[in-house]
Amino acid sequence: MYAQLVKTDATQVRGLDEMPPEERAFQERIDRGEKIEPKEWMPEGYRKTLIRQIGQHAHSEIVGQLPEGNWITRAPTLERKAILLAKVQDEAGHGLYLYCAAETLGVSRDELMELLHAGKMKYSSIFNYPTLTWADMGAVGWLVDGAAIMNQVPLQRTSYGPYSRAMIRICKEESFHQRQGYDIMTKMAGGTPAQKHMAQDALNRFWFPALMMFGPSDKDSVHSAQSMAWRIKMNTNDELRQKFVDQTVPQAERLGLTVPDEGLRWNEDKGGYDFSEPDWSEFFEVIAGNGPCNRERLGARVKAWEDGAWFRDGLKAHADKAVRARMAVAAE
Amino acid sequence: MPSLPDVMTRDAAALAASAAAARPAPDDPADEVGREPVHEPTRAALVEFLTRMGDNTLVLGHRLSEWCGHGPALEEDIGVANIALDLIGQTQFWLGLAGEVEGRGRKADDLAFLRDVWEFRNVLLVELPNGDYGHTLMRQFLFDAWHVEALRALAASTEVRVAGIAAKAVKEAHYHLEKSADLVVRLGDGTEESRRRMQAALDVLWPYAGELFLGDAVDAVLAEAGIAPDPASLRAAWDATVRPILAEATLRVPDGTFAHKGGRRGIHTEHLGRMLAEMQFLQRAYPGATW
Repeated sequence: MYAQLVKTDATQVRGLDEMPPEERAFQERIDRGEKIEPKEWMPEGYRKTLIRQIGQHAHSEIVGQLPEGNWITRAPTLERKAILLAKVQDEAGHGLYLYCAAETLGVSRDELMELLHAGKMKYSSIFNYPTLTWADMGAVGWLVDGAAIMNQVPLQRTSYGPYSRAMIRICKEESFHQRQGYDIMTKMAGGTPAQKHMAQDALNRFWFPALMMFGPSDKDSVHSAQSMAWRIKMNTNDELRQKFVDQTVPQAERLGLTVPDEGLRWNEDKGGYDFSEPDWSEFFEVIAGNGPCNRERLGARVKAWEDGAWFRDGLKAHADKAVRARMAVAAE
Repeated sequence: MPSLPDVMTRDAAALAASAAAARPAPDDPADEVGREPVHEPTRAALVEFLTRMGDNTLVLGHRLSEWCGHGPALEEDIGVANIALDLIGQTQFWLGLAGEVEGRGRKADDLAFLRDVWEFRNVLLVELPNGDYGHTLMRQFLFDAWHVEALRALAASTEVRVAGIAAKAVKEAHYHLEKSADLVVRLGDGTEESRRRMQAALDVLWPYAGELFLGDAVDAVLAEAGIAPDPASLRAAWDATVRPILAEATLRVPDGTFAHKGGRRGIHTEHLGRMLAEMQFLQRAYPGATW
């Protein structure tokens, strides 16, 4: 899940009877499964929450280029290099779709970037963990993209039209990403003892951070309840985390790897696994900026933005000159 | 978003077959180079030539991939990754064929990851560090303008496998040139700062462009056999592409004809060794592993 702890400004979720007529009509459209389009009326809270959520998701895509970009220049074969490049390029593309979706809500890409750089908007906690070996490229695809898909597949049916359409495109590519991650893990887990060690080590380091991607339990959260009423959140964090664990544990077994959780047990009654909670104090530290790579990740994005200012200014100046030249011709 | 299926098509033989089918049959197929047995001096020259082509695309593709996630705009992150992908894909063809013609059982990956610096045959231009984005773009533009002319000539090679690879790659190179030339013009004729940066890049890189047109005994053998053009023959067309674009970009072409050289003979800058140390790390640290 690339958007975590998204606030809604709501203090309680109101029933239809408590809403003014315009808002009630809006909520009824959502309840009927209709899509809301950019020019249509929407409550200010819905618009603001979507900007936070889509913006955070977009930021996660572009910051998410960095941990994998860390290994593009060290990819072990030409084919692996090409696949990883294509994957990281997809992530930039996802960022672009999502910034475009956010722009339909009245906020520009540049404004969102500035909020990110100022630390006023977040990106997913997972990208603050380091990628230390080639097996991490497998673990990121398998676990991180796997966790992201859990949330993104239902979001294809979200109520906001541009977000839903962006998500449909993104999901097609994410499932390819997850497969390529699992493919790397398969090679590593079935490889030399050193490769197998790297595979197990990657799983050990990424397992709990992947579970944290869904965020802390939100079954009692008013923000989650409001977002679910608006259909911009489709499942609770716990539901998605359970689904992820149930899907992933058999995959780890197939790889011959051990999930690093002594509390992991199949629970026949619930038809799913029992598992240990991640260390939520670590999660809140990472969110607060104290993860292993927060400084590097945000620093790299700020540097790219600042170093690129002359480039963007140059293109704009050229475009302005071209406009002036056309107007001069038209005036003759 | 990426053209992955294209990139991952590694079957040079199938490409060559389709290119051959599109060409008129030679009068006497036995005369056609590329069929066994190849004349030995020609075979050695061909391996050298294919290695030069593949190393150019490998090293430049690698340099471009260093920008991933660090570009000046999201559109550039996507665009530069696309070009890097094309170049890595072309590397798979060129080095794959080099290994095949060499006949010692080496695959493209063996050539890319298990040769040391003196065995690399790329021109110095492509191994230079990225510098600022303007530097990267200028290097790309000077290379693309050569690449298009070289591939266009190679698409008419008497060696059907070379012609097949070139026919596919030239389409990609056209797109690369269109993009780099467009940006050179817009940034040269942009702000004062963007012009200053593009001019500085041109001043540094111009003396590295000349190596693209220097021929040696290898080129003479291949030109004689109609396999590859004499490098010097590409200069006029390159000038005809590059100079008007630089003029439109309001940039001044440096005086002087000095050209840095050596890469095509395996004498490189200090930068290539560091690049290889990074690029080849896993293959070197874990010999025999498959990935």
